[in-house]
Amino acid sequence: MDTSRRKFLTYAGVSVLGLAAMPAVDAWASDTPYVVSSKQLKATRWAMVVDTTKLNSEADFAPLIEACHSIHNVPDIPTKQNIKWIWYDERERVFPDDENPYMAEAFEHKNYLLLCNHCFEPPCVRVCPTKATFKREDGIVMMDFHRCIGCRYCMAGCPYGARSFNFMDPRLHLDAAKENKEFPTRTKGVVEKCNFCYERLADGKLPACVEASKGALIFGDLDDPKSEVRKVLKERYSIRRKPSIGTQPNVYYLI
Amino acid sequence: MLETALKGSSRYWGWLVVLLGVIGVGAGMYLVQWNQGLTITGLSRDVSWGFYIAQFTYMVGVAAAAVMLVLPYYFHHYKAFKNMIILAEFQAIAAVTVCLGFIVVDLGQPQRLMNVLLHPTPNSILFWDMVVLNGYLFLNLVIGWVTLQSERKHVHPPKWVKPLVYTSIVWAVSIHTVTAFLYQGLPGRHYWLTAILAARFLSSAFCSGPAILLLVALLLEKLTDFRAGEEAKRSMAKIITYAMCVNVFFFLLEVFTGFYSNIPGHEHTIKFLFGFEHGNYVAVCMWIAAVLAIGSLALLIPPAWRDNAKVLPVALIALVVATWIDKGLGLLIGGFTPTPFETVTEYAPTVPELLISLAVYGTGALVLTILYKVALTVKKEVS
Repeated sequence: MDTSRRKFLTYAGVSVLGLAAMPAVDAWASDTPYVVSSKQLKATRWAMVVDTTKLNSEADFAPLIEACHSIHNVPDIPTKQNIKWIWYDERERVFPDDENPYMAEAFEHKNYLLLCNHCFEPPCVRVCPTKATFKREDGIVMMDFHRCIGCRYCMAGCPYGARSFNFMDPRLHLDAAKENKEFPTRTKGVVEKCNFCYERLADGKLPACVEASKGALIFGDLDDPKSEVRKVLKERYSIRRKPSIGTQPNVYYLI
Repeated sequence: MLETALKGSSRYWGWLVVLLGVIGVGAGMYLVQWNQGLTITGLSRDVSWGFYIAQFTYMVGVAAAAVMLVLPYYFHHYKAFKNMIILAEFQAIAAVTVCLGFIVVDLGQPQRLMNVLLHPTPNSILFWDMVVLNGYLFLNLVIGWVTLQSERKHVHPPKWVKPLVYTSIVWAVSIHTVTAFLYQGLPGRHYWLTAILAARFLSSAFCSGPAILLLVALLLEKLTDFRAGEEAKRSMAKIITYAMCVNVFFFLLEVFTGFYSNIPGHEHTIKFLFGFEHGNYVAVCMWIAAVLAIGSLALLIPPAWRDNAKVLPVALIALVVATWIDKGLGLLIGGFTPTPFETVTEYAPTVPELLISLAVYGTGALVLTILYKVALTVKKEVS
C-alpha cells in the first residue's frame, strides 16, 4: 500500500487548511447582495379592507379563494385536517360576539370573507418558541416554513382560527401539473397561513385576492393618511373581528 | 450504583420485558407517524392539540408533586418521609421524562427540536417551559443520585446539595405554573383564559402526584420488603386529601364565575364538557370524573376510612382517575371547544395515538422501575 505517515499528514494538513478557509468562503457568499426589485410596494402597516356589500354569493368568493390557493399551492383536503388561507363563513361564526336574535334578514346568514388578520399585536408571534412566525416591519405576520418545528402553539394562540397545520404531506393533494413553481410547496408537520402575498408585493403587485376581487378588497398602508384604505375607512362604517381581545386586526370589514 | 439495576428477580426482568414490548409497539407506531405525519391522530384544524399535550400537562403535575414530600422533609425536618423521599425524587425524574417524550411525539418536525435552543425566544412560554422542565430534571437527578450515593457510603450528603434542594422546592412550583401559563395567556380560549388556572394546576398536581406515589409505594410494600412507614403513609394521605379539597373547590369557582355571570364564553365550555350542549363521550368521562372526585373525598375525609389499608387504595385510584380525566382529557378538549368560530369540532384520540402515548408512558415506567430498583437495593444494603 502506498501510504505513509508523511502522506497522511500532508492530506490532513490540506484538509485543515480547507476547513480554516471555510468561514472566509461563507463570508464572501453571504456578501452576495439581496436584490430588491425597484417595483416593490412598500408600507409600514399593510391593511386590507373588505367591502362586504360586494361579496355575497359563492360566485363572489370563489375567484378570490381560487386566486390565492392556486398561486400558493394550497391543497384542498376533504377532512377536518384541511388547509385554508382564505375562505368564508356565516356571520354568526365570523363575528360570534355580535349575538343578535333579531338581526336583519339580509345579514342573518350573510357570508363574510375570512383570512389571517395580520394583527398589530399578534398572539401567534408572542407564543412561537422559535420565531418561525414573526411580524415584518411592514406589519405582515409571516411564517418561516423551514424553521417551524410544528408545535402548533401558534394555532392555540390564534383567536381567529386563521392557521392550518400540515398534518400530512400537502403534495398528496396537489395536482403537480398545476403547481406554481414560483412559490414553495410545504412539507408535512409545519403551520401555514395567509401571508398578504409578500412575494407579490416584492414584485410590485397587489395580493392575488385583491387583484381578483374587482374592487371588493382594498389594500394599502394604514400609516399613510392618503392611502385608499384610510380614505375608505374615513368615509364608511367598518368593524373588525373580536376587537375586545386587543389583537388589533389589520383586516377591516365595511358593513 | 447503576449496576444494582442489573441484578434482579425474574419478576423484575419480566416486568422490564413487558415494558420494552409496550415501548416497541408504540415505537413502531411512531415510525408510521414519522412517515405519514400527525394525520394518524384524531387532531384537526380546530382541535390542534390533543391527547399528547394533555398527557404532558398531567405529568408535569405528577413531576411537581415531589415537592409535597421534599418540603416537609427538608424545610421542617419531618423525618417520617425518610424512606419516601428518594421515591418522590425519582418519580419526578420519570415524570419529566414522560413530559419531554410527549412534547417530542407531538411535534410536526421533531428533527428541528433544537431550533428552540438555536433561536431562543424569551417571549414564548414554551421556551420557559423547556428551561424549567430540563432544569427540574437535572435538579432531581443530581439531588436524588447524590443523596442516595451518600447513604450507600454511610456519609452525610455533601453540603452543596442543600441549596439545590431548596431550589428544587421553588422550581417544582415553577414548572407547573409555567405550564399553566402556556394556556392561560392565550386571548381566544375561554376555558383557559382564567387567572385561577395555575392554581388549579398546582392543586390538582399536589393531590394526584402524591396519590400515584402512595399507590406505587403500597404496591412496593406488597412486592418487596420496602416499608414506607405508617406515619409517612398517613401524612401523605392527609396532604392528598387537603389538596383534593382545594382542587375541587377551585373547579367550583370556575363553575360559579361561568354560570352566575351568565357570560356565554365562560359557560359554553363547561356546558359542553358536561354534555348540556353537543353531548358526546367527553361528557360521560367528565361525569365519571365528577362522581369519582366526590367519591374519593367521601372516602378520604373521614380519618377512619383514610387510614384503613383497604379503603385508601380505592380512594386514591378514584382520585387519580378523576384528576386525570379533568386534566388529561377535559382541559385540552375544553380549551379547543368552542372553536374560535363558536362551533364544536369533536376530537377523540385514535388507536395509533393511544399506542404511541402508551409507549411514552412505558418509557417513564421503565425509567421509574430502574431508578426504584437502584434505590431499594441501596436502602436494603444500608439497613
